[in-house]
Formats: sequence, C-alpha cells, structure tokens
Amino acid sequence: MEAFTTHTGRAVPLRRSNVDTDQIIPAHWLKKVTRDGFEDGLFEAWRKDAEFVLNRPERQGATVLVAGPDFGTGSSREHAVWALQNYGFKAVISSRFADIFRGNSLKNGLLTVVLEQSVVDRLWELTEADPAAEITVDLVERKVTAEGVMADFELDENARWRLLNGLDDISLTLQNEADIAAYEGSRPAFKPRTLKA
Amino acid sequence: MGRTLAEKVWDDHVVRRAEGEPDLLFIDLHLLHEVTSPQAFDGLRKSGRQVRRLDLTIATEDHNTPTLDIDKPIADPVSRAQLETLRKNCAEFGVRLHPLGDVEQGVVHVVGPQLGLTQPGTTVVCGDSHTSTHGAFGALAFGIGTSQVEHVLATQTLPMARPKTMAITVEGELPEGVTAKDLILAIIARIGTGGGQGYVIEYRGSAIEKLSMEARMTICNMSIEAGARAGMIAPDQTTFDYLHGRDHAPQGADWDAAVAYWRTLRTDDDAVFDAEVFIDAAELAPFVTWGTNPGQGAPLSASVPDPASYEDASERLAAEKALEYMGLTAGQPLRDIKVDTVFVGSCTNGRIEDLRAAASLLEGRKVADGVRMLIVPGSVRVALQAVEEGLDKVFTGAGAEWRHAGCSMCLGMNPDQLAPGERSASTSNRNFEGRQGKGGRTHLVSPQVAAATAVLGHLASPADLTDNSATRTPAGV
Repeated sequence: MEAFTTHTGRAVPLRRSNVDTDQIIPAHWLKKVTRDGFEDGLFEAWRKDAEFVLNRPERQGATVLVAGPDFGTGSSREHAVWALQNYGFKAVISSRFADIFRGNSLKNGLLTVVLEQSVVDRLWELTEADPAAEITVDLVERKVTAEGVMADFELDENARWRLLNGLDDISLTLQNEADIAAYEGSRPAFKPRTLKA
Repeated sequence: MGRTLAEKVWDDHVVRRAEGEPDLLFIDLHLLHEVTSPQAFDGLRKSGRQVRRLDLTIATEDHNTPTLDIDKPIADPVSRAQLETLRKNCAEFGVRLHPLGDVEQGVVHVVGPQLGLTQPGTTVVCGDSHTSTHGAFGALAFGIGTSQVEHVLATQTLPMARPKTMAITVEGELPEGVTAKDLILAIIARIGTGGGQGYVIEYRGSAIEKLSMEARMTICNMSIEAGARAGMIAPDQTTFDYLHGRDHAPQGADWDAAVAYWRTLRTDDDAVFDAEVFIDAAELAPFVTWGTNPGQGAPLSASVPDPASYEDASERLAAEKALEYMGLTAGQPLRDIKVDTVFVGSCTNGRIEDLRAAASLLEGRKVADGVRMLIVPGSVRVALQAVEEGLDKVFTGAGAEWRHAGCSMCLGMNPDQLAPGERSASTSNRNFEGRQGKGGRTHLVSPQVAAATAVLGHLASPADLTDNSATRTPAGV
C-alpha cells in the first residue's frame, strides 16, 4: 500500500447523500479481475449527464471528493475504492461513511476523513464558489485545512500508523504466527469444516 | 457485568489482543465467490502465499451465472472469464468449489446454511456485504473487501476494531400477511441506512423467537441495508432443529458438545447494549420501498411522500432525486404503482419458504398481462425441493418463468436485467439507481407482495387478492 502523509488538491463537491457503491462503480464493471482500469466506470450513470460535477472542466484534476452523509453504503465491492483511486482521488471527506467502504479505503491508502456536516457544508460552499480552492488533508496532524476552514479529524492510532507507513496488513498479522497456531490448537472438535477428514 | 451475544462470540475468537491495536479475530468459515476473489488470489500468488486453512474455505459461483441455458457456454465473454478465473484459482490453491451445474451451487449465503456449515458461535466472512445473513444462526458474520479476503486466505484471521452493540427488540405478533421482509424494511425505514453504522445488531423479542430460520435469515440479511455490518439472533431450539442432520453439522458426541456450547450463546440479563430500539410487531403492515435507498420505504397502504415534508435538507434532496429517478409523484398511492417485472429470488428471499409463499398465492391465478415474473431459486437444492413439491408447475402454470439458481436480477450481473425505465417489484435487498439494470426502477417487497403484485399488475398485498376473488381461476378450469 502507498503511504499517506499529507495531500493538497482541488475538490469535487458532491452534494448527495447515500451514495452507494453501485453508484460509485456499477456491477457490470465488477467482472474485471484486476485492481486497475476502473476509472471510466466511476459514477458511470451520473457521468452521462454533461452537467454532473465530475464532468465540469474546472473539476478536472481534482483529487479530494467532498461527499454527503452515508457515502459508500451497500455492496462490499472494493472496486469502489479502486475506481476512486484509478480516477485520481486521494481522499474522500464525508460526515459518515459505511463501515465496509471505510475499511476498504484505509486498506488501499485512500484516506476517508469524517468531518461534521457543518464543516462539509463550508467545504461545499467554498469549493463551489471557487473551483480552484485547495483542500489540504494532513494525516500527520489529523487536520483538514482550506481557506477559512480548519478542522481536526479522528482516526484510530493503529490505522493512522499503518497509513503513514504504507504497511501491509498481512505481513503484520503473520508476525503473530505463534498466536494463530496456538488458537488453532485450542479450537473445539465440533467446529465446522468444509473438507471432510 | 454480563455480555451480549455478539461480545461472547467476539471474545471466543480473539487470537491476540494488545493495547492500541485492533483485536486479531480467528475466522471459522470463509465463503468465496467469483466477483470479489480474483484480485485476492492474485495477491497470494504475487507474495508466494498459500491458503492457510483449506478446510475452512469454500467457493461457489453465483453473481455472474446465467439462469437460462446453463448447459451452454456463457454468452458474455467477460462473465465467462471471471468464472473461469475462479475455477482456475480454486484448482491451483486446492479450494473446494461448487461451480455452475453442481448440485450444491447457488447463492453463497443460501449454500452455507443449507450445507450446515453456518453454525452458532462461529465467525463467518465473505467478500459480500450480505454475509450478515448467517447471523441468523447466532454467528458473527460480516462482509469484507477483497484486501480482507486475501488476508483471511493467507492468515485465517482478521484485525478488527470491536463494534458497538445495538438491540432491536420486536415484541408481539406479526399481523396476518406481514412477513420478516416487511419487518426488516420497516426497521430500516425507522433507523435509516446509516442507523446501524458501527454496530452489530441483535434482533430479539418474542416476534423474532417465533420466526423460522429462513425468516431469521431474511432479517439478518438486510442488516447491512441499515448500515450494520452484522446482525445476529440468539440460537435456540429452532436453530438446532434446522441444523440437525445437515451435511456439515456436528454428529454424535460432537453434536452434544456443540449444543451445550450453543446454549450459552445468549445475551446475559445484565448485559448493556450501546443502543436499543423497540418495535411493536402488531403495528406492522406489508411494507414497500418507493425510493432509491432501502430506507425510503412505507406501508403499502400509504402514498408516495412529499419531499417537502422532510425537515432535514439532505433527506429532502434525496427524496426529490429519488422521485425523479423513480418516475413517481408525491401523493400517489403506492398501490397505484404499476410494474413491468416481478423478481422472486436472492439471498434475501430465494429460499424454499419464500417460493412456497409465492406459489401459494399464484396457485390457480395468472400473472397479469404485460408483467414478466421471474422465479429464481437461491440454490440448486432449493430448486430441487421446489420441483419435488410441484412449485415449478404452479409458477409456470401462472405464467411465471422458472429459472436456474443464482443472484440473477438482484444485481443484474448476468443477462437478467431491467431495461431503462422498467419498473420491478423485487424480493431482493437493494433499490439503488440502476441496481437491476441501467435506468431500472426497483420496489423492494416480500415474496407475498411480489406474488400479489404479479397477479394484479400493481403493487398489492395478499389481502388485495382475496378481496378480488375473480383473480383466482377455479381448480380444473
């Protein structure tokens, strides 16, 4: 995973709540067996509308998505995170993320930042009024800054440490091999097995 | 202080606990399907890792599989390639696979329970958000992303932050014609699509205890639509009876030891939930969705709401957009909404009891002119059982299409899709924009409402059919 420390970029204000992962990447894109090449599927249905915010010329090259509450609900598809990253997003800001989407994002180095809706509203107003306005997401200081906005955000220390260092979860877990083996040795005989002995 | 059911199952799976770190949880059962696993197997290959516990891993094909002509090569080359990738990966790594055409193939969340693999007090994961279904057995079961699929394949564990707990207590009797689906749709409308975010929900109370295992699965299945990663119901005699004698259920002394353990899996009287919701079963009625998220629902007797009636600006905007997408106007009675397609199936409502419920209403009746009705059993085993009971004949006799098992129109990854502007009554779990096909419009309903809707051509309850006796042809005519 790529490490995340701090990022500054222009924003895409997405004034919608309940953006589910079917909207982020429709199901027919899920037939691909790679982690890349999803950028054209990002918000595919909405991008057919020339006025959709992502299509606006002034939003090209923007890297911070500022979304409404309950972003990433629905399907567990990690393809939603890959699509956002493939398109060029580095961070997503919302007042509430769905649990599975949030977990997926942090495992891929896409920083999902939870801010109060009142702060999201101010970021929307700022970046709608001035498409060139930049937002800085600083994971070191756990701060989001933009003109007239400075807000702290929470992220648990362990997740932050893994993101800052771009650490691979599986390698970290395998350092606890002895604990896993000990647990396996203590499991009751009645637990289900998919292969019969 | 006592512990909740979720806390007990969690504690029994902690491999490692350390200050400032998520708990490392052992995973008892890992279910795989073709859509969310290819990149995970690729990851294993690149790091030279193996599947740690083949005996706790099982795969099936469901999302892409066609429901017609399954003996012919799959027409869509991309779908075919994804299924072939799963077959290749399972062969290379040694994973048990039930492919299309196999008697144990089906929707992954129907297959696990019917094999007896889903058991109380286990941890179950799958790269699929509807893994919450398995919580009906008192398992801690949740959907995971592809990175986590790779993690479980490699380590049989997951680092997880301990969730909060929520009790949803449903007391009383469900009125006639009101099903588990109506109950969960009403719960989601009440707490919202984000209401369960960060929680494991435990459904409890006398109305829950009276439900069959299949109805309990319907409830737990849609926990994710309420924002909760997992939903659970304490195991009881209904659970044990369902499991007894199944292929992978414990046997002999193991059965006795298992049941003794399973009986301990109840929330202690002095346990405290982080949040509680109370619902009076007697107040419920057949429930349908009118919007584009599962929280936008109302009793069938109601009308399409006026967006202006929402105080919250973001909910108001969401309702406006939903009505525009759905082609509905505020104040329109829900019963007046005509449908083109009716879909009965999915991990929510594709089990035998669901098919029986739909068939009992379709018997001697006809699907309305101009309405297409698809019946897609959740698994091959469900299909075989339905055929044995003659349900397939009831469906085809009524003019419905009897299909092969799979996810089908729940998400339209196979050819079963809505055309732009087409409207469905669907027993599935998501009414998102385009979920069942680009531009398609979905109303989530119970199997009973689906059957009544198919006969009358507009959203309807079973009671509407009996009020309209002309819809039933006398036997033998």
